[in-house]
Amino acid sequence: MVSLMADQATFATQAMEFMPSLYSAALRMTRNPADAEDLVQETYLKAYRGFGGFSEGTNLKAWLYKILTNTFINSYRSKKRRPEQTEIEDVEDLYLYRRLGGLEGAAAGRSAEDEVLDLFTEGEIKDAIEALPEQFRLAVLLADVEGFSYKEIADILEVPIGTVMSRLHRGRRALQKALYEFGRDRGLVGDRDV
Amino acid sequence: MSDVHDHQADCAEAVERLYYFLDGELTLERRAVIQRHLDECSDCIEAYEFEAELRLAVSRGCREQVPEQLRVRIAQALSIEPPPTR
Repeated sequence: MVSLMADQATFATQAMEFMPSLYSAALRMTRNPADAEDLVQETYLKAYRGFGGFSEGTNLKAWLYKILTNTFINSYRSKKRRPEQTEIEDVEDLYLYRRLGGLEGAAAGRSAEDEVLDLFTEGEIKDAIEALPEQFRLAVLLADVEGFSYKEIADILEVPIGTVMSRLHRGRRALQKALYEFGRDRGLVGDRDV
Repeated sequence: MSDVHDHQADCAEAVERLYYFLDGELTLERRAVIQRHLDECSDCIEAYEFEAELRLAVSRGCREQVPEQLRVRIAQALSIEPPPTR
């Protein structure tokens, strides 16, 4: 009994600190606050029930993300009946950088591109992420927002590392294209052919 | 762009490896080769800095506050669960 109570206390102290990042990821996955809350609650319940099987010393955050991602894929994704888009238009490396070029602000001590990045609102960044097809969105979230390694992402998504890299790199470029289009629509960046 | 020595990456290689570099997924040797190029090539270092800055902006833009009622809901849901079993 003592060990069971210790497990409960351990779970509470160790797993709860990840709630802000799990909730943030859940919002980007479901694109809906009510679903995100349900998804996070379900993740914690499943994690709690399975905590006995979690081996000490392995990565608790990655384990929680695996539960979150699986729960999302199995329960929430099926809510929408449309087939998942698996192809996106690919664009070249440094897509956004090359279009924000000019670098006129560099003399002022800050580069022009940094200033332009400040011009994207948090809302635009969220919208650009949420516009990515799911498999690309998950890879970008796990790497660029949560900082997981390719290996950890491969374990979480249960795909080969090569697939992770391909989704990640294509997803990042697609994100840059979406941001560029927001900037262009707002007149922040010019229409440039590079 | 900078001179290309036989031990040093060129711009095309630096761009190709950019994500692997920023992701910390290169071997130490490969990383050093890219780093030597970046130390000498202002075009590439600017591009790298831009990509690193963009990533920070994406990460910052995705931070959310957990609604207080969600914390309460989860604490309540867990409190009525039987303890996990080993």
